[in-house]
Parts: sequence; structure tokens; C-alpha cells
Amino acid sequence: MSSGLAYINDMRPQDILTPQPAGLCCKPGGFYIDPVRPVERAVITHGHSDHARAGHGAVLATQETLDMMRLRYGENFARSTQAIAYGEELRLGDVTVKFHPAGHVLGSAQIAVTCNDTKIVASGDYKDAPDPTCTPFEVVPCDAFITEATFGLPVFRHGDAAEEIKKLLSSVKLFPERAHLVGAYSLGKAQRVIALLRLAGYTAPIYLHGAMEKITRYYQRRGVDLGELRPVKGVKKADLAGSITLAPPSATSDIWTRRFPDPVTAFASGWMRVRARARQGGVELPLVISDHADWDGLTATIKATGAGEIWVTHGEADALVHWCKTQGLTARPLDLVGYGDEDSGDGDVQAPGEGDTA
Amino acid sequence: MNRFAELLDRLAYEPGRNNKLRLITNYFRTVEDPDRGYALAALTGALSFKHAKPGLIRDLIAERTDPALFALSYDYVGDLSETVALMWPKKSDERLHNNPPPPTLTEVVTTLRTLGKTEIPKQLSRWLDDLDETGRWALLKLVTGAMRIGVSARLAKTAVAALGGKDAHDVELLWPGLTPPYPDLFAWLEGRGDKPVNRNPAPFRPVMLAHAIEDTDFASLVPADYIAEWKWDGIRVQAVSGRDPQGHVVSRLYSRTGEDISKSFPDLLPSLHLPGAIDGELLVLREGRVQSFNVLQQRLNRKVVSPKLIKDFPIHLRAYDLLADAETDLRELPFAERRERLQAFVANLGDPRVDLSPTIAFDRWAALAAARRDPASAGADAEAVEGVMLKRRDALYLPGRPKGQWWKWKRDPHIIDAVLMYAQRGHGKRSSYYSDYTFGVWSGDDGNAQLVPVGKAYFGFTDEELLQIDRFVRRNTTEKFGPVRHVVHEPDQGLVLEVAFEGLQRSTRHKSGVAMRFPRINRLRWDKPPREADRLETLERLLKGAASSEAAEDGAH
Repeated sequence: MSSGLAYINDMRPQDILTPQPAGLCCKPGGFYIDPVRPVERAVITHGHSDHARAGHGAVLATQETLDMMRLRYGENFARSTQAIAYGEELRLGDVTVKFHPAGHVLGSAQIAVTCNDTKIVASGDYKDAPDPTCTPFEVVPCDAFITEATFGLPVFRHGDAAEEIKKLLSSVKLFPERAHLVGAYSLGKAQRVIALLRLAGYTAPIYLHGAMEKITRYYQRRGVDLGELRPVKGVKKADLAGSITLAPPSATSDIWTRRFPDPVTAFASGWMRVRARARQGGVELPLVISDHADWDGLTATIKATGAGEIWVTHGEADALVHWCKTQGLTARPLDLVGYGDEDSGDGDVQAPGEGDTA
Repeated sequence: MNRFAELLDRLAYEPGRNNKLRLITNYFRTVEDPDRGYALAALTGALSFKHAKPGLIRDLIAERTDPALFALSYDYVGDLSETVALMWPKKSDERLHNNPPPPTLTEVVTTLRTLGKTEIPKQLSRWLDDLDETGRWALLKLVTGAMRIGVSARLAKTAVAALGGKDAHDVELLWPGLTPPYPDLFAWLEGRGDKPVNRNPAPFRPVMLAHAIEDTDFASLVPADYIAEWKWDGIRVQAVSGRDPQGHVVSRLYSRTGEDISKSFPDLLPSLHLPGAIDGELLVLREGRVQSFNVLQQRLNRKVVSPKLIKDFPIHLRAYDLLADAETDLRELPFAERRERLQAFVANLGDPRVDLSPTIAFDRWAALAAARRDPASAGADAEAVEGVMLKRRDALYLPGRPKGQWWKWKRDPHIIDAVLMYAQRGHGKRSSYYSDYTFGVWSGDDGNAQLVPVGKAYFGFTDEELLQIDRFVRRNTTEKFGPVRHVVHEPDQGLVLEVAFEGLQRSTRHKSGVAMRFPRINRLRWDKPPREADRLETLERLLKGAASSEAAEDGAH
């Protein structure tokens, strides 16, 4: 949709991207980023269900994100799809878009939108911490940076995930007669936990809840080394003593857990930093492992982009906006609705065919 | 400090009572004196530090962080100690290399006791620098005295008793005579020393509690086996007097958990001039009439008990049981006999500040139900009656909540449908969720009816319902005022809450002119449009109803 209009040379960021009920709208480019309602053209940052929804006309995303959508929604999740690689640039209407790794999950991307000389980066969900299962986050210098704020409070400092894995392994050693049940979001977190366990030298088979299998096998097909994995379904109770099973967070408080011998309930999430959160979920072994940037990560990233204007999409926007202002940056919350945080269960609704019976 | 921090940390995540007991007992078994004694003191709330108060901790963090970021973080986490522990700035690497070992629990306790007020902030921040996140959290919990880790003093005593295969009751009996770090208690429990003697002339005795009665329970109960009394809406206390070695009478007032609250009620102590132990209800009486709990509340938890407070809120003890008469322990006697001794005891006291809680005569459950429905007609101060108590005539005085001995039968709550107006994040167990709700009812003409807030509730809902309301609040916020979220409340848009409450008072503090007692969320009415919620007139009728029954009673005098 080339309008043919001659844009003023220095466009204001809000003329390029505008928050609307359906999501972030790029009028000059004729598309939405991570729309929460069906739209004609969607550009999608990553495969989590609150960002990647079915029913759009055309979808532009990385190959991995498209594959994940296909796994969740079936072949016909959109009328047409187009894959784009990291570093690849594409002209859409009057803007160019370029994808950069976001380090959140496999295939996750930040989307740089440039119109004339103004560059905005919509980072989706991201983290600047190392993750063996995806391409590392890349700082993209820009004029306006759009950031999440899931952990946008200075109480959230996530620390080294390897230390948390040690905690899990020492608990497994301490209770050889019990099963360890690790609640982790099915897309991304589960595979990262498994990969970290392997890096820590844990070689025993790791068991999977039915809802995790499809996506985990996909990670393996994409070359992520996860060692020997087994479905937990059909395994005798006694054989699960001393073992580790990954399951969606919702399943760890379900009657489903009765198949395990005296299970220890762990949960891998950035929320585990706050005791009350862990206790509310009945978690006995909290593991602070997050796929989102923590407070230090958010603030360091914002500084590194050199952006003078910061928009905060979802999460604890108030604190991050306040901090930006103390740094002399222009900042505002976008109050976008519809982006839950996957760990708290909002985004963890099982799609048909993802359940235990599949 | 590290071992204590680890204990607190594990306790905080452990849901099961038995596992908690095992963790604490194991700590007492492996940690030496006096560290374990101070841990026991911390868990039972027996430690307090005059100069280390929450305000001081706020000051320390304010010097190190942005106040707005601290306020938002505290609002989210809902616990001061934890917020500060998480936000405390990391010390630089060079300090990491030559840092001193973290302090022991004993070192912390004794240092805090001996340091002057001006030295404490510096010492605290030094420790906070040296400890890791869990250590900081535990230190701050200890210093502020607000543990909130789901361990009651009773549980800690049970755990220490288990060290010597004893019952919590044995420890409770000795407890008032013991002081931290309890070397004699540990010596006795480990078989290395004699049983400590309780030298307290006026000791607390563990209280007996009642079960809530269900409709189905009555079928198996015989009316003649029971004595009924009014259930007063005051605070349960134990008033104990005894003679010290010099023969002087020493009087103490205890809360139901055994906390010594004598200092708050100096006006009642002279009335307890005969040795004995009364179980009763603390009330405010004005011109012979029991005042509502709202009035009593204004006398509670005051730091300074001024002559004006004493005069404006005259305190009274309504006695319903006698646990000791002079030196004689009565707890092994049946209730009917204790009640007779109590009558005589109260008569001997002959003090206007102490009277006998009357019994309610009844021959059938229906007669008692009628009295419960309308306490005013039975001659009681209706406003201060919460329901009725049923006590077996032959019940011994047993600590805890023995089955089938004492029953409480509360009045049915009032119910209204109100509309959710504002929400705030909760503290403690509910922290980080929107769990404090201000609700309102309609006022004004049909054409321009408006919602007026009539109360606040923060419990009554299930965990599942909490998640649903939290989600509703986050998605339907129309405005934010600091931590308060303005939630949509239009005739056709919003959430109707069925609210249950015990009583209603006129109030000048609330815009609506009414204040509820003990409001809680009874049910979520997703099915009901806000326009169909109740009106303020419904509540005003309730107030009038209460007032007219008072007037009727006054007329009968």
C-alpha cells in the first residue's frame, strides 16, 4: 500500500507505529506487529501464543516462528506466510523491516522498522542472558525502542541460571526416592531447562509431559542438543523415583501428578524471585530462570540502544517509564492489552491436540 | 545467621505442618546454644529490638534507591523485608574478596541489644552488605519481628518439645517463666538438666477453643447436655492473679495466644485482686451497655494509654470460665462445676468492672435459635452479640480445639450485592495480586444513580477466584492513582461481588455514612449486571432496624 505521499524527512515515531486495540499498527507499512485480533497483514516477533495468533491474512516471521505456529494451529493458520531470516531486510509499503535476534526463545526476533531516517525497534519479548537454545540477543541502535517490562521492577534480578540448575540437581540427589516435577512453559523454557541440565552434566533420560513433546521434538530437529527424552505417559510410578520430568506449570498442581512418587514441585520462572509468588503456586523448589530480561537487563539494553524515546508495551510499565525519565529519556506506557506473561499461566492455555493424550 | 536464614527460607516454602516441624526440630538438634535459643525466641515472637524498626529500614533503602521505584516495588512484593533484601545494591567486587564472615545469629541479637540508637543504622547496613539475598531477608525479618512464614509460636514450641519427646503443652506451662536463649529448657529437653520451674506467679494457661457448628451437627446433640451463653464480640482474654514470694498479689492480662497485654489495660488490673484465673471477654461498657467491636478497637494496640483513653473507653471483663481459684487448678473439673465456682468468685470480687456472662435458658434447639436470631429480646446487648456458645456441661478445660466440647453458633451474616470499584495489591499471602477490593452500592435517583463506596474486602474468595478477579482488574482498569486501580463500574459494565458482613455501624469516616464489620467476598456474580446491585437504602434500612430494636428495649426498662 504505497500511498505515494512525500513524507516529511524526519517522521515522528508515533506516525510510524501506533498502538491500537488490535496491536501495534504500522500505517505507512500496512501491517500490525503481534496483533491480538485477526488482521490483513501481521509481522510476528515470536511463537508464544499471546504474540502469535491464528487467523491473519499474510504472516511475516522467522522460519522457526512460522513452524511453531503451524505446530500449534495446523497448516491453515494464515492465508499466506513468508519467512525472513535474521539480518534480512524487506520493503513493506513505505517502510523497511529488518529482523534481529531477541534471545527470548528459538526464532524470536526484534523487528526494526525504518521510515525515511527514523528507526524504531519493536523488541517483542527479549532477554540479554545466555541461552543455549537460541541465537543471542543483539543490541540494535535506534531512535525509538519499544520494550516489554514483564520484570520491570528493581526487585527482579535473575542471577545465573546455572546456579538454579545446581539447586535442582542437589535436590534430586537429596531425595532419590522422590520424583522432581519441573513446571516450565512448554515453548522455550522447558527446552532451556533441559539444555542447561545437559550442560551441568546430567545425562539420565528426562521425562516429558505430553503437552511438551511436539515442541521439544521440533527443537531437536532444529539441531538443539537435548539428550535422551522420554514421554512420561505409561511409565511405572516406581520407575520415576529420582527422575526429572518437565511439565506445563498448570499440570504441576493437577491430579496428573498422582502418577509420580511423592513429587517435589519445582517451577522455573522469573517470578520465583518473589517468595509470595512461589508460595501462592504451591511451589516447593523455586528456580529463578527467566526468558525475559531482568531489571538490570532492561535498563542496560535501553541505554545501549541509544534511543531517545522509549515505549513500554506490557508488564510493570510504571517503574520502567519512571526510570527512563530519570535518565532524561522520553518514555511512555502503551498499555497494550492481550499480552499475558506465559509463566503465570495466562498464555499457557493448551491448544487442541497439545494435551496429555496427544 | 546463614543456618537460621536457610531455616526460614525452607519454612517459607514448606506447606506441610509435619514437614515444618521436622525442619525446625532438626535445626534445634544440629545447631548449638545459644544460636538455637535465639532462633526459638525469634520464631515465638519473644525478641524485640527497641531501636531497629521498619522506619529505620525504610530510611536505609531510601538512601540507596529511587523512592518511586522503591514504592512500586514494595507495592508489588507486599513485604518490606523482602523488598529491601531484593533491592539492596550489590557491593563492589573488591569488597567481596576481603569480606568478613557473615554474623552469627547470636552476634546479631546481642549486638542489636547493646548498640545505641545512632549506631544501629551503620551496623545494619554493614550486615546487609555482607549477607546474600536470603541472609538479608532473614536478618530484616528478625529485626522487624514480622516473620510471616507460616510458623506460629505454638508450632515452634511443638518442635522444640519434640526434641525431648515432650508435648507442646509441657513447654507452654513452663514458657512464661523462661527467657531467651533458653539454655535450661534445652538442657531439660536433652536430658542434661532438671525441669525448669515456672516462677511466674500469674502464668498463662493455654486456651480452649470452640468448633463452628453446622446445621447437621444438631441431630446428634442433646439440648440438656449443654449450657448456652452469648458469644460476645470483644477480645478473648485470660485474667490471672497470683501471689509472689512476698505474698503480694500480681495480676496479668493475657491475649488468647498468651501475649501479656497488661500494660494496655492498667485500669482493669486493680479489679483482679483475688488470686485466680478468669477466662472471659474484654469489652468496652458505657452506662452498662456493651459497645460494638468498632468502639473497642479504638482502645486496642495503642502505644500510650492516656487517662482520656481510659475515661472514654471504660474497659470491662465479662467472665465465662474459671481455670484456677486461688492455688487450685480447676481445669480437670466439668464445666458446670467450674461455672458455679466462677459465680462465687465473681461475687467475691464484687467489682463493677468484672461481671458474669449470663447463660441463655432453652429447652429445645428451636428456642435457642430464636434467641440467637434476636438477642435483644433475650435482654442482651444485641449489638455486641456475635451469636451463641454451646458448652457441654461435663467438658473439662482442654487446651486446643477438642471435638464436640464447645461449639460456636454465629449469627447469619448479612448479604448484599455490591459493585467492584477500586482494587489494590495485597500483602503477605496475596501479594502481587490485586486482592484488596473497594466495593460500592447505588445511591441517588434512577436517572443519575451513582455508586458510593461502602466497604473494602480482601478475603473470602478462592485462589482460583483471585486469579479471575486479578485478571479482570488488570484488563478493566480505567485509571490509576498510585497503587490504586480504578476498575470499570458502569451500569452495564463491571463486576458484581456478593459481600457478606456481620454488622453495620454509622460512620463519619466513610462517604456513604456506614461501616461494615468483617466484610468478605461471598461469591462472584459474573452473571449479574452492575445495575442490579443493591442500593444504599438497603443498608440504611439495616441501620434503622438495629436502632429501632434498641429503642424498643429502652422503652421496656
